Amino acid sequence: MKHTIAILVEDLPGVMARVAGLFTRRGFNINSIAVGHSETPGISRMTIIVNGDEKVLEQVMKQLNKLVDVVRVRDIPAENIIERELVLVRVHVDSLAVRSEIIQLVEIFKAKVVFVERNTMTIEMSGDEEKINGFLNLLKPFGIKEIVRTGTIAINKNSKNGLK
Amino acid sequence: MKLTGTEIIVECLKQEKAKVLFGIPGAAIMPLYDTFGKYEEIPFKNILCRHEQGAIHAADGYARATGEVGVCIATSGPGATNLITGLANAHMDSVPLVAITGQVPTEMVGNDAFQEVDITGITLPITKHNYIARKIEELPLIIKEAFYIAKTGRPGPVLIDLPKDIQLSKCNFNYPERANRRGYNPSYKGHLKQIKSAAIKIMNARKPIIVAGGGVIKSKASAELIKIVSKTNIPVVNTFMGLSSFPKNHPLFLGMLGMYGQYTANQSVSNADLILALGTRFDDRITGNLSKFCPQAEVIHIDIDPAEIGKNIYAKIPIVGDLKNVLQQLNNYLEEKEPVEWLNEIKGFKEKDPMYKENDNFLLNSRFIMESINELFRGEAIIVTDVGQHQMWAAHYTQVNFPRHFISSGGLGAMGFGFPAAIGAKIGCPNKPVVCITGDGGFQMNIQELATAIYNRLSIIVILMNNGYLGMVRQLQELFCDKRYVSTELAGNPDFVKVVEGYGGTGYRVGKREELIPILHEAHSKNEFVLIDCHIPQEENIFPLVKPDSSINQMIGVD
Repeated sequence: MKHTIAILVEDLPGVMARVAGLFTRRGFNINSIAVGHSETPGISRMTIIVNGDEKVLEQVMKQLNKLVDVVRVRDIPAENIIERELVLVRVHVDSLAVRSEIIQLVEIFKAKVVFVERNTMTIEMSGDEEKINGFLNLLKPFGIKEIVRTGTIAINKNSKNGLK
Repeated sequence: MKLTGTEIIVECLKQEKAKVLFGIPGAAIMPLYDTFGKYEEIPFKNILCRHEQGAIHAADGYARATGEVGVCIATSGPGATNLITGLANAHMDSVPLVAITGQVPTEMVGNDAFQEVDITGITLPITKHNYIARKIEELPLIIKEAFYIAKTGRPGPVLIDLPKDIQLSKCNFNYPERANRRGYNPSYKGHLKQIKSAAIKIMNARKPIIVAGGGVIKSKASAELIKIVSKTNIPVVNTFMGLSSFPKNHPLFLGMLGMYGQYTANQSVSNADLILALGTRFDDRITGNLSKFCPQAEVIHIDIDPAEIGKNIYAKIPIVGDLKNVLQQLNNYLEEKEPVEWLNEIKGFKEKDPMYKENDNFLLNSRFIMESINELFRGEAIIVTDVGQHQMWAAHYTQVNFPRHFISSGGLGAMGFGFPAAIGAKIGCPNKPVVCITGDGGFQMNIQELATAIYNRLSIIVILMNNGYLGMVRQLQELFCDKRYVSTELAGNPDFVKVVEGYGGTGYRVGKREELIPILHEAHSKNEFVLIDCHIPQEENIFPLVKPDSSINQMIGVD
């Protein structure tokens, strides 16, 4: 089972190591981890996707809560989640036909071409994991040269269950 | 007034009422020691140990014996890495410690400088929290927080890494009145509704039992526990870490639970219908095979650390809070009770329990030694043990009736802990007799602290249970490896009496049963450091025991 955990942490050196290290040493599997500033100065927000049953989720949350630098931990239930990931993908383009085919895909997926070279196109796309995977699968036959993904970030639809 | 970093440390330690520091200087922590030298009278004792591991175990023994925060100091690099076993040990057993390490100057950090290690990185998983001071202005708050975090909630070790330039730079000193971390708020008060439902469960249970763990000692809840037991007549077992939380001479005390537990304790817990678990984390040495642990029992689990509740054992009623508070409240909702049938059933277990049989062995065996110690000290002494067979013998047979009178490395099982911890306990409680029960294996893992003990005139009695083996491992080899004693015979052991004499202390060698008691009395009356090298039978085993992966009611060594 996939769980999404949102964490507010003190913006201090070493905090990523504390959080990541906890997952490693307790044997929890991280699918993805994303971090950035939050609405409060001095506090960063992490979104971590873990795999495991309810018991694992409970232990992950309790252990995270024990870290002094962790200010708040919440899981975001699947039915209330808004999640996004950003991907940058560079595709091989060897003909005009291919180029227009890719541009069509870009339009369908509401993606954006951000850089073009003679033999490549770099495309930016955001969406949930499923949408991104679907888009990348369609690009695969053209020859993908590079993929950069940010990892999923997520927010609860219900503003009362926010982290503040 | 502007103070240097090291002066700030001294002032902070003063404010925190630290009475003793255990440590060893080195290049990167020299400014701090130099500051000690500049004070006409430093407000604490500064004990020079002979190895940083000895220093941190001593600080740990001090903390366990007194309930105060233990403080130790080491230099950067190897000094810091030598603290690691001690940090892990204190972390596993929830002991409040503050470790201060020197570090190379800030501008050299990260350059692989001489005696540089990333000690905050290394100790992340074995400290409750750790710090590297990057600005002198942060230092007072760091120290305030370190002590606060070490001793509150579930206690634990906190490390502060101090680059040399921070020690030497200056700033205005103001000691913050309180530490306030938005991410750190231990819950002390139990949930009242949960406490009420716990009380109902307890009153309705036919076969209730209390499993009292180390948390009872840490929250100073022994008196509350005794009150509840007097009211409800519910029998009590201890986890290993819980030993001394409940008087062993209490008629409702059933002994220690677990893999090397007492038969009566294991059977009673296995047959209980309700377990009131107090400040215990249900370690694998307690539960044996987890899936077979107490199938009929419901569990009420009270602990200050929410992460321990439900980690190994499902708790029907979880209560997060400080045990002292929670037990006081719980007691208000309990009524008098006497589970007569249940207590009779337990009597049946006692009849089969080897612990209640006479010691019919005429050798200088473990049980005789423990009973001789009991006869002399009558439960008044602080017993400090190392790790191994003697530790389990001590757990079973020593008379311990007061909290903090049994000190041992539980979770980590760190050989070498006992002797330096006894030093710390004696320094913390100079008016109490301190008996260190150790083995010839573990004693040699921190034997260098003989200098610390003897030079500081610490009247500790060391009972060296000398069987010429790493006894616990040898026993496992005997039972599970067809007696292939690989690397467990300690051939080449020194003459321990001579070693002690070399350090200027007194040692005795005891080989026969009748020699022990007179020598013990003599040792006690000397009021100085004494080691008694007891040559015990080489192949004595600790029984009964539970095989790994078995259920705890299936014990080897019970007829």
